[in-house]
Amino acid sequence: MSTVSEAGQDAILVIGGGIAGITAALEAAEAGMSVYLVERNPNLGGRVAQLARYFPKLCPPSCGLEINYQRLRDNRAVRVFTTSEVESITGGPGAYTATVRVGPRYVTDRCTMCNACAEVCPVDRPSAFDYGMTTTRTAYLPLENPYPARYAIDPATCLFDECAKCVEACQYGAIDLHMQPQTVELRAGAVIVATGWRPYDARAITNLAFGHHPDVITNVMMERMAAETGPTGGRIVRPSDGEPVRSVAFIQCAGSRDRLHLGYCSSICCLASLKEASLVLERNPEAQVHVFYIDLRTPGTYEAFAQRVLSDGRVRAVKGKVADILTDPGSGQLVVVADDMVGGAMSRTPVDLVVLATGMAPSLGDGPPTGVDIDEEGFVVEGTDTEGILVAGCARAPVDVATTTVDATAAAMRAIALVRRTPVGA
Amino acid sequence: MSKRTGVYVCEGCGIGECVNVASLVELAAGEPGVVVTRTSKAFCLEDSARIAEDIGAESLDAVVVAACSPRVNRQVFDHRPTMVRRVNLREHVAWSHAPQEEATEELAADLLRMGIAAARHMRPPVANIQDCERSVLVVGAGPAGLSAALSAAEGGFAVTLVEREAQAGGFPRRLARTYPTRRPFDLGDVDVDGLVGRAVDHPGVTLLTSTHVTAVEGQPGRFTATLQGPGGESRVEAGAVIMATGFEPVATTHFADYGLGVLPDVVSSLDMEDLCRAGALRRPSDGEPVRRVAILACDGPRDSANLPYSGAVTSMTALKQAMLVRERDPESQVYIVYEDMQTPGRDELYYRHVQEDHGVFFVRGNVRSVIAGNGAGGLVVTAENSVLARDVSLEVDLVVVTVGMVPRSALPESGEAMPLRYLQGTAMPTGKAGFADSNFLCFPYETRRTGIYAAGCVHRSQDIAQSRRDGAAAALKAIQVVEKASAGEAVHPRVGELGFPQFFMQKCTACGRCTQECPFGALELDSQRHPVINPNRCRRCGICMGACPVQVISFPDYSVDQLSAMGKVVSLPEDDEERMRILVLACENDAYPALDMVGINRLRTPATLRVVPVRCLGSVNSVVVNDAVQRGFDGVALLGCRSGDDYQCHFIQGSQLLGTRMENVRETLGRLALEPERVQVLETSIVDARRLPGVLEAFAEEIRALGPNPMKGF
Repeated sequence: MSTVSEAGQDAILVIGGGIAGITAALEAAEAGMSVYLVERNPNLGGRVAQLARYFPKLCPPSCGLEINYQRLRDNRAVRVFTTSEVESITGGPGAYTATVRVGPRYVTDRCTMCNACAEVCPVDRPSAFDYGMTTTRTAYLPLENPYPARYAIDPATCLFDECAKCVEACQYGAIDLHMQPQTVELRAGAVIVATGWRPYDARAITNLAFGHHPDVITNVMMERMAAETGPTGGRIVRPSDGEPVRSVAFIQCAGSRDRLHLGYCSSICCLASLKEASLVLERNPEAQVHVFYIDLRTPGTYEAFAQRVLSDGRVRAVKGKVADILTDPGSGQLVVVADDMVGGAMSRTPVDLVVLATGMAPSLGDGPPTGVDIDEEGFVVEGTDTEGILVAGCARAPVDVATTTVDATAAAMRAIALVRRTPVGA
Repeated sequence: MSKRTGVYVCEGCGIGECVNVASLVELAAGEPGVVVTRTSKAFCLEDSARIAEDIGAESLDAVVVAACSPRVNRQVFDHRPTMVRRVNLREHVAWSHAPQEEATEELAADLLRMGIAAARHMRPPVANIQDCERSVLVVGAGPAGLSAALSAAEGGFAVTLVEREAQAGGFPRRLARTYPTRRPFDLGDVDVDGLVGRAVDHPGVTLLTSTHVTAVEGQPGRFTATLQGPGGESRVEAGAVIMATGFEPVATTHFADYGLGVLPDVVSSLDMEDLCRAGALRRPSDGEPVRRVAILACDGPRDSANLPYSGAVTSMTALKQAMLVRERDPESQVYIVYEDMQTPGRDELYYRHVQEDHGVFFVRGNVRSVIAGNGAGGLVVTAENSVLARDVSLEVDLVVVTVGMVPRSALPESGEAMPLRYLQGTAMPTGKAGFADSNFLCFPYETRRTGIYAAGCVHRSQDIAQSRRDGAAAALKAIQVVEKASAGEAVHPRVGELGFPQFFMQKCTACGRCTQECPFGALELDSQRHPVINPNRCRRCGICMGACPVQVISFPDYSVDQLSAMGKVVSLPEDDEERMRILVLACENDAYPALDMVGINRLRTPATLRVVPVRCLGSVNSVVVNDAVQRGFDGVALLGCRSGDDYQCHFIQGSQLLGTRMENVRETLGRLALEPERVQVLETSIVDARRLPGVLEAFAEEIRALGPNPMKGF
């Protein structure tokens, strides 16, 4: 067996269990470090687990996640904390102490995923995983390929002792409704912040009608709709009436590149919309797709993928900012009113479904744990190479998965270099 | 072959309510080699200790755990060095079949017999432990190579950094300025000497300039590189290699239409850096001051040679060079002609900053022509302006053509920058557009040459900051592969695996097919043209095992004999159309998890299927399928991942090689006068849980329509 370092100074703390955090944790552990991986949700996987496919290969995220989960399961050097949050970090390079609030999950590691609790649970709750488009029981399996392989209980809707049917139903004694949060102190030589992003709130973009018409959705909701594990089992339909979609408008830069919202570009939305367009056409071959954009950001080898999609006769790309999303008073259909920089006039396009390509806002924008610095846009400020708080993935800058996995591996190397450089006892 | 086996049949998670566990235990007790049998309501909890106790008390050399999927509870049931074989009675039986029905009982019984038979063919692997070089060879001392060298040295490894130029530093030495990524967005300077110094000053790094690599041979942990330098030829040992050989600009000939290489005042973006470093900006033709500049992004429909190699870096470069001109001369004017401004992410903030400069004009559209101006020199650029809906003519002193970055791995002479002495060839296998990249977003360093990692612009088009991250990351992979090789362990994706292929050389016919089909070039040939394995190159996929026409290749715990033995213990009821038997060979990476998720979703699959997990469909030797069909299986389904350009296979070409395997199978079917449709490849993705029941039912229906295999009972 390869040697595993003792925990403590030779340990690395990774905050965030999405693709960046998982990659950083595994790469560091497989090079011989001890790793603590702390995740806020009851499951690992982060935002990519909620995507239907990746661009440009149109491959499912759970394929790479599956390999990573097996690596995690077989690696005793990584200690995973879910339903946990880092509250503060003190110390300096080579010797940090993180205060972590752990749990409560209310389900212990005796859980076997047998589903008995969900079968008797009387309360439904909106599924955050499906962006509110479906519900699950309050005792639920977070996703179909879960890590850890365990159910969870949503404290927001649980009736606790007033009900406790799940406790009765569980044959393995895996449910403890009186579980308390615990505070643990983790010592690490370096910290990797991999807290990722959340979708920018589309309700703030008032002219784009999100929240005012059920058939105006966001790109992350479209991913759930296109996903086999999602609310429609992968069928692309209108939320209003369940009818198959015959025409879709993708509105790029919805809330990005905009002084009123996110000033930067979220870098992945052009490619994500082209990907989603491919999925729509795959499932609904008779459909028409309209992409309203300002600049199509498909650099380098992504260009070939973009060309394949754009050269499809069913895809129309219009360069111009969208002014309004209206409802036709006669037909009730959605109409996209947009500038057309090439054609010259304003265009009016009636569609069944509007997908707003909303941007990525860094998750730490509201309040990083003490000890982590963020900039004006909410991204974690990367220190110099001698500083021990490193950052990877969308916590650093809005980037794609291909960049994130490089970032995370680089952060793991820098963490190891820091730890090995720092004399023991410093 | 193991002699003392313990069998543990769990009743939990609905297994006990679905099948008769007591009869399964009885069945197990009667199998050869089984000396202990137990049941429990939950072997994953307190009763897991019983297994460990039995191993000691009964001197067990193998344990069969018939319970949940092998994808869960892996640490609980890890009893190495004792071999553990998992039988999936939960996801693949209790959760996906009708309880208390005869067909389900038969399924469980067969799976248990298959597991016990598999366990008989498992030996603990003996780790191949050799001394490994705790050092890294880095080829190329640009930003990526320097970063890789420094990182590896800080990680405790000795580094030999080889650079063919007389000076380290790479392309940044040519830069006049760098573009900013943070407010206040002033142009910056890259301290190349500082970058070089920090790497070279580390005691662990040895820099060799004016030196190039003439050969790389060996395997992770023990590579040997031959170098040619000022002092002549030398050899260096290394545990891992990082290829950071950088880029060349897209060839000038592709921009002839814009006047590059034709008109003296049309220069490339690289030439522009040279001009700016020289001081005040002057026209190359006559030395007149440059007042007006057009920068062409060359990202339109006629720029197909440039497009795969340009984008994010080149757009930022165009903006930077515009600001360079403006900085030098406040009276200057710069036109940037482009189709889509590629400034993703935070780079957008710099784009906005440049847009606010009154001397920079953005012309959105394609260039129609670049010609010499009339009279006093200068050039005229005619471009379509899609905003104005007409062409514009720009009279300028200088035209800058923004050229893309072609990775050296894409060039015809690519095999010479770092020649590999591998049977499969000298060049590093490449991906899209010739980049030395993996085909996986999730695993950017997993190329086809284990232990050799690409970083910097030879890996992907990227700027200095990103190249430095890439170099650091590649250094980590280099360290990892040496740590793993020191313990005899495999790297991605079967991380930690100890077993590697063994050869029964007496039967080898020296056909060489294994050496050709190994995706990683792990097999070389000796003087008698017999295969020689480089164990540390091996990813343990078993494709060689699948390739061998005489089945001489096996792993200690995974072999053709084992797979055939599993098929042999399935009971094949004769003359019964309702009780047909279909063998399903399911790839562990995609198909097997998908089958698990069928169970997690409580969907149903036909009870006539007998699932055998395989490491990769490429590892399935056609003899396994032929044996099954000759024995009397009514159908065989091979479930594996998508092949083609966007392949999913983590062993590169497993499902693609299936094509060759199937040729052999079809031949056998023909000889036996059996319908070819009895054996089919069903492409399966990991998200197919909801689709699979329908696909498998349809296949079972097809087989039913063909009628029972007449070979049964022979």
